[in-house]
Amino acid sequence: MSALQGAVETAAPVSRLHQRQSFDPADFPVPTGREEEWRFTPLRRLRGLAGDAPLPEGKVTVECDPAPEVTIEHSERSDPRLPRTMIPADRVSAKAFAGASEALVVGVPAEAVASRPTVVSVRGEDTAGAAFGRLVINVAPMASAVVVLDHAGSATYADNVEIVVGDGGSLSMVSIQDWADDTVHLSHHHATVGRDARLRHTVVTLGGGLVRLAPSVRYAGAGGDAELLGLYFADSGQHLEHRLFVDHGQPQCRSRVEYKGALQGETARTVWIGDVLIRPEAVGTDTYERNRNLLLTDGARADSVPNLEILTGEVVGAGHASASGRLEDEHLFYLMARGIPLQAARRLVIRGFFGQLISKLDVPELRDRVSESIETELARMEA
Amino acid sequence: MATLQIRDLHVSVADATGGSREILRGVDLTVADGQTHAIMGPNGSGKSTLAYAIAGHPKYEVTRGSVTLDGEDVLGMSVDARARAGLFLAMQYPVEVPGVTVSNFLRTAVTAVRGEAPKLREFLKEMRGAMAALSVDPAFAERNLNEGFSGGEKKRHEILQLELLKPKIAVLDETDSGLDIDALKVVAGGINRFREEPGHGVLLITHYTRILRYVQPDFVHVFVGGRIVEEGGPELADTLESEGYERWVKAGAGAAS
Ligand SMILES: Nc1ncnc2c1ncn2[C@@H]1O[C@H](COP(=O)(O)OP(=O)(O)OP(=O)(O)O)[C@@H](O)[C@H]1O
Ligand SMILES: [Mg+2]
Repeated sequence: MSALQGAVETAAPVSRLHQRQSFDPADFPVPTGREEEWRFTPLRRLRGLAGDAPLPEGKVTVECDPAPEVTIEHSERSDPRLPRTMIPADRVSAKAFAGASEALVVGVPAEAVASRPTVVSVRGEDTAGAAFGRLVINVAPMASAVVVLDHAGSATYADNVEIVVGDGGSLSMVSIQDWADDTVHLSHHHATVGRDARLRHTVVTLGGGLVRLAPSVRYAGAGGDAELLGLYFADSGQHLEHRLFVDHGQPQCRSRVEYKGALQGETARTVWIGDVLIRPEAVGTDTYERNRNLLLTDGARADSVPNLEILTGEVVGAGHASASGRLEDEHLFYLMARGIPLQAARRLVIRGFFGQLISKLDVPELRDRVSESIETELARMEA
Repeated sequence: MATLQIRDLHVSVADATGGSREILRGVDLTVADGQTHAIMGPNGSGKSTLAYAIAGHPKYEVTRGSVTLDGEDVLGMSVDARARAGLFLAMQYPVEVPGVTVSNFLRTAVTAVRGEAPKLREFLKEMRGAMAALSVDPAFAERNLNEGFSGGEKKRHEILQLELLKPKIAVLDETDSGLDIDALKVVAGGINRFREEPGHGVLLITHYTRILRYVQPDFVHVFVGGRIVEEGGPELADTLESEGYERWVKAGAGAAS
């Protein structure tokens, strides 16, 4: 990446940014855009999702294709068996909790190993009104599974995804935002990683007019390992925002965050916030977060804000990196000097930029699908 | 038949203050197939600038003169078109390109230069053969282009490309620098295989006569202050090695700012 830009200073320490939590939407004022957590989001494009006027019910359907070892339930909001690990941290999340009458619960029984990915498909049918969703992924101790959450269609949608990985369990979860251009999607994923448990959480955001997705992780015991990966491609008119929060409150846990994005088109816009908090009790923490943005068109804008707060003196490692820039002229020159035309050289470099992340997708069909989507985006650029 | 003809070439680069600085001040040189030309000159005299200008690097602005390949105007061609027309530059500092594997890169380049995609199996065979000839570990095929390669590995890999792409005229910018004696012999072997094939010419930029013992030049040019100040046969290289460039640097004082 040639230039470092878009790294913005945050106003407050991480510990203060994530203090407020409540199930009551009224506990969060209607955002004005001046708040730290809303200042990058174009509020007027939220179609009332953050406001206080009631909205007519929108149309989103959810279908599930589970692995045979996995259980699927539709639980009432008040079902006492539901985990209580996630408390909304902003107004839209609280409204989504209040608005979703039931939760889809994907359960992996203790010690079960899912033999194939479980796919939850969310289809938007209409942008009118607002739809709310709630998904719970509950991986019992020593169990292991891959879950794909696949979003498509046209919608105005806010949802909460509550993820629990029990002690010694393992979950790879992929959330794909492949919406139509007119979709507004605000989403919170909150994962609790148990003792010696592993989570790989991958976000692929390609489609949608405005997508704002906030994955957060906390640890319930020592030895947890969370890998948060993300890939996004924004075209003109798209606002793709990812806000990560890793809360290290247990000893000897590890986290890795790697998000990569490409932007093409003058009004393409992306935001990446990477908040990492290492609490005093989280000794032996090993964390690294990284965000890279490739600006393929002049005028496209990528904001990237890593924010690391360390409250213990005993970390194994804690670092962050953020860079946004154009394709390197020297890379293109080298390839072209071997006869490769400019467009093909750009493709090679952009594919290379995303290649390693794509290879980490735990479902082979998804690797092909995401690669193809990127090829389509690039073909659009060349047209 | 192939002839690279450089006439009165003047090249400038943008300097830090936004102005422009002339580096090449009237280069005249003709390289025909079957010939090997060596260019020797002190640091900063403009040798790499000449190589980059021939290849079309966007940082180097040609302000006067002409470059033609078999009569065709090279300066009007894009960088990739120059390579497809038959020019090759082995770079002094090959660029690392993350995420692009050597085999993918080579196949894309070979396809571009030959105008059609080689059959995968034939290509792999050809690539492995070329790698073996240059003692390159086959595992390099799956590594990212130049990423983490040692200096010598990068240079070897440049010659691997030379052998696969088979240009008409190859410009080799200090391909011998940083090579141990064994690697030097291997690389010289690659250059010799290339130049022994009909229709190929070589312009070899170097600081040392060491490589010239393995790759015998037909002509040696002394490059000082952005131009060629003396030409001779292979014996000139030995004079340069024992006496240095002082004679010309003094005579041409002021030429290089
Ligand atoms: N891209 C550039 N921007 C600014 N100055 C440049 C650039 N490229 C070359 N120069 C300057 O032009 C002059 C010639 O550089 P060049 O690299 O061509 O020399 P060289 O003869 O290849 O030297 P060496 O033997 O050290 O490789 C030097 O003073 C160098 O600093
Ligand atoms: Mg040089």
